[in-house]
Amino acid sequence: MTTGITHHIPENLIIAYASGALPRPFALVVAAHVSMCDECRARLTAQETAGGAILDTAETSAISDDLRARVLQALDDPIVLPERKTRRGPYPGPVMEALKGQPPRWKSLGLGTRQCIIEHGRAGSVRLLSIPAGQAVPDHGHNGLELTLVLQGAFKDETGYFGPGDLEVADSDLEHTPVADEGETCICLAATDASLRFNTLVPRLLQPLFRI
Amino acid sequence: MFTETRDTGLADTASAATLIIKRSVAKKRAQVSDNEISEQTQWMLAVRDNRDRAAFARLFDYFAPRLKGVVARSGAPSAQVEDIVQDVMLTVWHKAAQFDPERAQVSSWIYQIARNRQIDILRRENRPLPEELKRPEEASQDASQIVALEQETAQLKKALARLKPAQREMVERAYLGELSHSDIQAETGLPLGTIKSRIRLGLERLRHELKEMGKP
Repeated sequence: MTTGITHHIPENLIIAYASGALPRPFALVVAAHVSMCDECRARLTAQETAGGAILDTAETSAISDDLRARVLQALDDPIVLPERKTRRGPYPGPVMEALKGQPPRWKSLGLGTRQCIIEHGRAGSVRLLSIPAGQAVPDHGHNGLELTLVLQGAFKDETGYFGPGDLEVADSDLEHTPVADEGETCICLAATDASLRFNTLVPRLLQPLFRI
Repeated sequence: MFTETRDTGLADTASAATLIIKRSVAKKRAQVSDNEISEQTQWMLAVRDNRDRAAFARLFDYFAPRLKGVVARSGAPSAQVEDIVQDVMLTVWHKAAQFDPERAQVSSWIYQIARNRQIDILRRENRPLPEELKRPEEASQDASQIVALEQETAQLKKALARLKPAQREMVERAYLGELSHSDIQAETGLPLGTIKSRIRLGLERLRHELKEMGKP
């Protein structure tokens, strides 16, 4: 758990995560933030309490006779519960899970900035970004929703200061220039449902190449 | 004669053992078992602590028909609906050790398992999950905290019952995964503030106990 977190998950994203509707790239960021933030763990559990109340008061549907017998008979069947990955360094359990227990394989984006794409597909993309202290991430806007969770170090932009565990929620209205704070290298987990638009020519040309 | 004595001796030993077990269970339960704790929670604790099959069967009879209704409406092929219910209930049995009534109601714990299993099975992907908080093996449970959380949840259910049908429909759609994050209104109108602070208390107690246990 990380203390001093001031930027949390918006309520609609918590509900969408609890209900299972949140696309996987964003769900990974939410799971990582909740791993670091007791406040949001309590908020998520509260939403699951509401989900439970709905299940509890839901209309019932008769189950077939043999289902009950099948389940009761299967209680002794041996099963292997997969072991869940746990935090390693700045990477919380769900991130280690997504990395299949391996350290991130970084690719250089130039000027010391590196990325590791965790997933890239129709539901969007999620990746790790590593930005040297004091360096700016190219000025960019977004086509859709972008979630950026700080795992280590910190960054600042037009909207505020983001330290470990803080989550920035950006939408298509936000044009911002995040700058990694002095001190440690800033490592972020970032998810989008669309490609990022960079406002400088060269990064735009590089976009297909780097899938950013 | 000899056999008789030995039998009596065995019987005595057996009853003494039973007595000891009963006492330790009673001691454990004294902190947990309060008449005010709901049936579902008591069943779940019996499954967790004693691997009680009869209690599990009662949980099954209560939750399986509800799960079936909920899973059926989420677009699962009808042939798969009962498979998912089966999978969820078996997960409840196998993961019972993780159930912590100070932080979660049985219904909310099962809701969460059902959402996970449904996504894993239907979308064939692993749903990203937060790190689990380990429950200390020897932790005593605070019945007042459990009862308080149950009372808050009872209030929540009353609020749900007061919703107009159209509102209730929207809330159900939101929690059953039928609305996207951009379609979900941040305010569902459900009173979750006090529940959140109850859960927060449960979390703090858990963190405290884990820390105490970690001390040499």
